[in-house]
Parts: sequence; C-alpha cells; structure tokens
Amino acid sequence: MSAVEHRFGPYGGQYVPETLMPALEQLEQAWTAACADAGFQAELRDLLEHYVGRPTALYHAARLSGLAGHPVYLKREDLLHTGAHKINNAVGQALLARRMGKTRVIAETGAGQHGVAAATACALLDLRCVVYMGTEDMRRQRPNVDRMGLLGAEVVGVEAGARTLKEAVSEAIRDWVANVEDTHYIIGSAVGPAPYPAIVRDLQRVIGDEAREQVLAAAGRLPARVIACVGGGSNAIGLFAGFLDDAEVELIGVEAAGEGIASGRHGAPLSVGGPPGVLHGALEAVMQDGEGQIVEAHSISAGLDYPGSGPQHAHLRDSGRARYEAVEDTDALAAFARLSRLEGIIPALEPAHAIAWVLAHPGSELDLVCLSGRGDKDLAEALALLDDTL
Amino acid sequence: MSEANGIERIAEAFESSARESRAALMPYLMGGFPDLARSQEIGAACIEGGADVIELGLPFSDPLADGPVIHAAGTAALRAGATFAGVLEIAAALAPRIPVIVMAYANSLFVRGVGAAAGALAEAGACGLIVPDLPHEEAGELRGACDARGLALVPLVAPTTPAERLAEIGAHARGFLYTVSVTGTTGERERPADALVEVIARARSSTAVPVAVGFGIGSPAAAADAARAGADGVIVGSRLVRAATDAQAQGASEAAVVRALVRELRAALDVAGAATPVVPR
Repeated sequence: MSAVEHRFGPYGGQYVPETLMPALEQLEQAWTAACADAGFQAELRDLLEHYVGRPTALYHAARLSGLAGHPVYLKREDLLHTGAHKINNAVGQALLARRMGKTRVIAETGAGQHGVAAATACALLDLRCVVYMGTEDMRRQRPNVDRMGLLGAEVVGVEAGARTLKEAVSEAIRDWVANVEDTHYIIGSAVGPAPYPAIVRDLQRVIGDEAREQVLAAAGRLPARVIACVGGGSNAIGLFAGFLDDAEVELIGVEAAGEGIASGRHGAPLSVGGPPGVLHGALEAVMQDGEGQIVEAHSISAGLDYPGSGPQHAHLRDSGRARYEAVEDTDALAAFARLSRLEGIIPALEPAHAIAWVLAHPGSELDLVCLSGRGDKDLAEALALLDDTL
Repeated sequence: MSEANGIERIAEAFESSARESRAALMPYLMGGFPDLARSQEIGAACIEGGADVIELGLPFSDPLADGPVIHAAGTAALRAGATFAGVLEIAAALAPRIPVIVMAYANSLFVRGVGAAAGALAEAGACGLIVPDLPHEEAGELRGACDARGLALVPLVAPTTPAERLAEIGAHARGFLYTVSVTGTTGERERPADALVEVIARARSSTAVPVAVGFGIGSPAAAADAARAGADGVIVGSRLVRAATDAQAQGASEAAVVRALVRELRAALDVAGAATPVVPR
C-alpha cells in the first residue's frame, strides 16, 4: 500500500518509459520518508519563512471589492521571493533532490516562473540546474530567461511543436530518461506521473492552509468561493487543498479560453470536458483530436498555455467538488490593467484570468482569489497588446 | 498463410533465425513517413533486405521515449496525414509476408478503447504491440485485450530495471522481451559491446521468451556486437529512419537506401552467428 496517491478516481497513473519507473519509486520512498522526518520538515519550514517569505499576506482588496460588489480577498503569492507560488514547490523538491543524493536538477518552464524558482532553489542548495523552455516562451518571457542565466542555470531552448510548455515538459522528461541516475526532475505543476501530482499539491497546500486561517481571522468566516487559475493547476490545487473538507466553500478553477473555446485556440481541457487522455505520464483532462494526438493549446499567458491539467482536478470536476470555467485572453488582459489601477498590484497574466472571472460573476458573499504571481514578466507582451486594444 | 496467431508467428520467426544460427533482424520504420505509400515501400524494402520481423511505428504528437530522429519523422508523418487506420493499412499490406509489430503510445490506443484498438490491430494482421509509455503496472487491461486476440503485448525492460521487477515483467512477456540497451531515448550511440552481455544475460534470466535488444544500435557492427552478446533479436530504428530522412532530403528513393542498409545489417548478423546456438524456448 502506498501512502502517496497514484490515482484520483480514474485519473493519474504512471504512463512513462520503463527506464523511469525505478526513479519514480525512489522519489516516492524519499518523499514518504521526508514527510515523516522532523528534520526535513523543520528545514523546509525555515526556508519557507526566512528565504521564500512565508506566510504571504491575505489582502482585503477594497477597491476591487467595490467593483465586484462583494468582498474579495487576495492571497498574495506574488509577494514571494522570485514573484510567484512556484518557489514553494521548487524549494521543497530541491531539498528532496539533495536528500536523494542527486547532484543535477532539470526543470521545464512556460512563463519562466518555475524555471526561475528552480534555478533559485538550485543556487541556494548548490545543485546543477538545466531548464527546458520553448523558444516561443523564451521570446515572450525574456526577463526570466536572463534571470535564470544569472542564477547559474543553463536554459535549453526547445524548438519542437509550438515551442511552448508542452514541448518543454516532453524534453525535460527525455533528459530525465537519459540521466536518471544523477538527476532529479523538478516538475513545476501538479501534473506528470505519480507521485508528482501528490507531491506538488502537498508542497503547495501551504497556500490553502494559510489562507483558510487568515480569512477566518480577518473576516470571521470561510469564503463562499475560492478561485484560482489553472494551467497545470498547482496554485489552484494548493489553495483548494486547504478548503476541500469545507463543503460550503465553492471551489472554482479558471482556465484560459484563449481566443474563445469555439475557436479551438484555448487552454481549457477541464472546462471543455472531452474524453480524458494521457499526457506527460498521467491520464487527465487533455486537449486531443479524434486520433488521440495532443493538440496545441493557446493562451495569452504562457503559464496557462498547456493542453493538459493535473489529474486531481479532473477528479474534483467529475465528483462535483470543484468546477472549472474559462476566461478569454481579452478579458484577462483587461483584468490585468484593471487590478493595476485599482489596487496598485500588477498581477501576472495567469491570475488575471481569476480576477476577470470574479468581476464577471458577481453575487458572492466573499471571494478568496489566489494571486499566484506578479506581472513584471508580462509587461512587454501585455503593454503591446493593450496598445492594440485600448 | 497458416492459421498461426500473432504470438505464434513471432515465435516462429525467432525459431527460424535461431535455426540459421543467427539473431533475428528487426527493423523499425515510422508508419506514414514520409507518406503512407512510401512508408509501405520502405516496409517492403526491409523484407527484401532480409528482415525477420518488422516494427511499425504509429506516429504520436508527444513521443516521450523517442529521440530527435524518430520524433521528427513522427511529426512529419502526422503532417502528411498519417492516422491509425492508415498505418494499419501498411500493417495489413506487410503482414502476409512478415510478422508486423506495431509500436504505439498509450494515448493512441486509449482514445479508441484498448479492446477496440487490439481488435483493429488483429484484424489488420499485426502480430504484436509495443507501448513504450505503458509500464507493467498499467499494462494489465491491454495485455488481456491482446491475449484474447493472440496478439503479443511486448514489454520493455531497461538497464535501470531492478532484478525483482525484471522477473515480474519477464514472467508476463509475450512475443519477446524488448531489452533497452541504454539509459535514454531511442537514437544511435556508441556503446562498449561488453556492457551488453550483462544487460542481455540479466534479461534472459528473467523470461522464457526470446530477448531482443534495441535503442542505440546504430550500425551493422553494433548489430553484430549485440548478437554476439547473446541477443536473439536486434532492433534497429533511428539509424534506418535517419537513412530514410536523408534520402528524402536528397530526393533519393527512401526504399532503395533502406533496402541496402537492411542488407548490410543482415549480412553482419549472418556473419556474427549466435552466441546461444539453441532454439529459444
């Protein structure tokens, strides 16, 4: 019996080349041991507090609340070191890599936030770091490419397919297949073969655990709705994890509708709800054609530009515990500009989708939104588009 | 044609090459590359060049076990319109002449349901199936569907596979045990021949079916090394796909280039003989 979930309902599993199976087993054992090891937990807690910057603030966004017509609280993961929630997972997994005696770390990145977080954690723990990134994303997220270089990581451009996150993950997995003996793969979202979805959720659930305590202290009640953007879905699963047992709290994942669901150019496999498929080692909600070929996603935000999603999300959807809806590029862009003016907070384009959803769905008693990252990385891309549309 | 099912035809192919005291030659081609018609010609060229078994790749958008050469050929095949049904037409055309084993990623089968996929493969005359992203833990349902139709679900083992796990996989192997010779994805590599001896001996001790070696065999010399190291079968993929890719780029006949290369591989195996001159059990 495994203490770490391999399946969430029918979803999840381990659809990887045989070469990786022993490494997944080793990872699961190391994680189980680390969870039971007070020393490991203390070191992680210490780093999260003094290095990463936890706990993050829960902020009552008064002017946003005024516009929405109901109270809206923002969980400020944008205030973390490196500017997004990704660092919670990267630091935890880098500690785990060291514990397993691995000297080399690989990671994939879309928006660059996970790549920067992995490069940061590896600099801190003196691990070699190689980050795979689609060349289209390298173009869209230049500042993060420069950051990773400065942090000592090697950024490898991936030219396959649409040159975005999906291909970066595939290339990272191929590297891992070839170098599994000395290398740990720090996957950046709650996706991939078991035990990754469970490990990433457990490392991100600090978001939800803190937020629950904070909202009770600040508002004296639980939120009516808890809202987070979903690409692979790590900030969302981390936030949701804190509220799963609170049946009265509605959980809403916001995917990228891109240029509109009908256009086919989106990143919303959970919202669309087609048959599940296997991508990057797990059975999950994916975007695929009738032949089972994975199709390219599209989103204005590189972090949501992914045709798959974490397996636990598909199960939460099917069981009715969470629901998933999608927001188009233009609405996310408008929310990006709006939050900047209203609150003096420039959000990443990813959580701007969650903000847009809240503004489009009034009538709540209290919303809690995960502001998963800050928007500096998106400035060039967003400003160019805002000039076109405004 | 005999009434033999897929598993039996694969066994016959290994027995026949063993009787000739040599390893079986098992070329891989990417189905639908560069297009369906020419891919079928490449398959025929493999038979004419002396292949014993053919591995026919079904292209997939995200082939995690494949290196750059096969990945690129798969991408090109998809762009040229390759489909499951189209690749099965190639299988059906080649199957009367040689055992054809289809290599497909899990999602290409799941999208149809494993029963329907196995049924379609058997209907087309395929003898077996290799699914490089379906490890032992996930393979039970598909193996049942294949067994019911006499199709061999061929498992893979890697140099990283621990002994206990190897025994478990070997015990459930059908057709042959696909022994990955290197820790990595598909692609040609230089590798010391003596390391292969241990990999093959380990695999053989775990199973009653023949042991075929693949991943990284990039030349007639390397194929001969694998045979001398004890392999019952030698799988050559990326080298042949690269030959077809280069021929296409130069406007040459892919089939002619592949036929010549398969002949060279076969000649090397004929000379190498067999390290285990017994008919496989």
